[in-house]
Amino acid sequence: MTPAPIALAPLVSGADITFWICAVLAVAGAVGVIASSRPVYSALSLAVTMLSLAALYASLEAGFLFAVQIIVYTGAILMLFLFVIMLVGVSSRDHLIETLRGHRAAAFTAAAALLALLVLATGQAVTSPPAGLEAATADGYVESLAQLIFQRYVIAFEATAGLLITAAVAAMVLAHPRRLRPKPGQAERLGDRLAAYASQGRHLGPLPSSGVTARHNSIATPALLPDGTVAPESVSATLAARVAIAPAAELTAPLAATSAALDGTGPGVTAALAAPPPALPASSASPDLASPASPASPASPASPAAAPAPEEGPTHA
Amino acid sequence: MPDLYLVLASTLFVIGLTGFLIRRNALIVFMSTELMLNAANLVFVSMSHVHGVLDGQVAAFFVMVVAAAEVVIGLSLIVTIFRARRSTSVDNEILLKG
Repeated sequence: MTPAPIALAPLVSGADITFWICAVLAVAGAVGVIASSRPVYSALSLAVTMLSLAALYASLEAGFLFAVQIIVYTGAILMLFLFVIMLVGVSSRDHLIETLRGHRAAAFTAAAALLALLVLATGQAVTSPPAGLEAATADGYVESLAQLIFQRYVIAFEATAGLLITAAVAAMVLAHPRRLRPKPGQAERLGDRLAAYASQGRHLGPLPSSGVTARHNSIATPALLPDGTVAPESVSATLAARVAIAPAAELTAPLAATSAALDGTGPGVTAALAAPPPALPASSASPDLASPASPASPASPASPAAAPAPEEGPTHA
Repeated sequence: MPDLYLVLASTLFVIGLTGFLIRRNALIVFMSTELMLNAANLVFVSMSHVHGVLDGQVAAFFVMVVAAAEVVIGLSLIVTIFRARRSTSVDNEILLKG
């Protein structure tokens, strides 16, 4: 960190090596910013430039700015850029065709002229060797910097507080979407319900809850109507659209299989009680018994107590 | 050696200026202005080192604070325009006239 060159090789100091590495990285990152077709690549190239500049600040005895550069620029500002890029569309490509004739050539000419002007004007401006910051930081680096910020520049420092608050409020105002219609309250919702009841006869109460059987009670389980079919309003329309709901046959199959077993011979009952849960093909083999409450099945009303028992059995097995 | 910092800062500034002139994506135009601000910061810090006073570092700090506020406003403007126009190209901002 000392300005006096520590001779690694003759005429080459540590600051020189840092400068050449970081300068190449910074310029490469800057070219990447303006030459990438995708904003994401530009943002990442900008991060390279920022970090190289942070290293340069460290070699210039600016430890505070080294930290602020990494925390504020690379940490906060670039992340803000990335947030917006993700919001706008990460895969959006910029078309690099020029729309104005000669626009790009003129821009490059102007930039080259400005670079020549700047380098010619300032390239030989500094003749003295760097003075270093030992005298300025005699009281300690942090103390000297704090003295400047909180004494000589305290007005500007307070003004930045106002600036930041204004920026935060402005960002909130700009990001706040305008509501196109007033938010409906409880009275409006109730009025809508009554109007739907009056005009279409829609049920006033809540929708039916999802089905609860011995083996299923998730919201993807539809409630079954007395004839064994699905009550459509008992499951969310989103789940129904994704065909994520359990089919009615799967819900009624265990009961139907047990009923079929009870219809058969005596030993079959104990076998049905002890057997693992019957698979779906077993119920498809007897399609007429697919629904438990079907009047075609004579065993269903006769065995109301025996039927749930085998259904609960496999959940403990 | 201190001259090289000025040359590097000039190069970064001119690259940022070129990006500002030739790119039409508002986000990349914005990043180019950040590049120019960083080039100015590099001059502040290196000249603070050359002259042996800390004021340059304080100035660079204020530049960073102002850049942070500017980025907040600019990005929310870009998001607002994108919400209305579904585009971040600065060529389309002529539509704002109507």
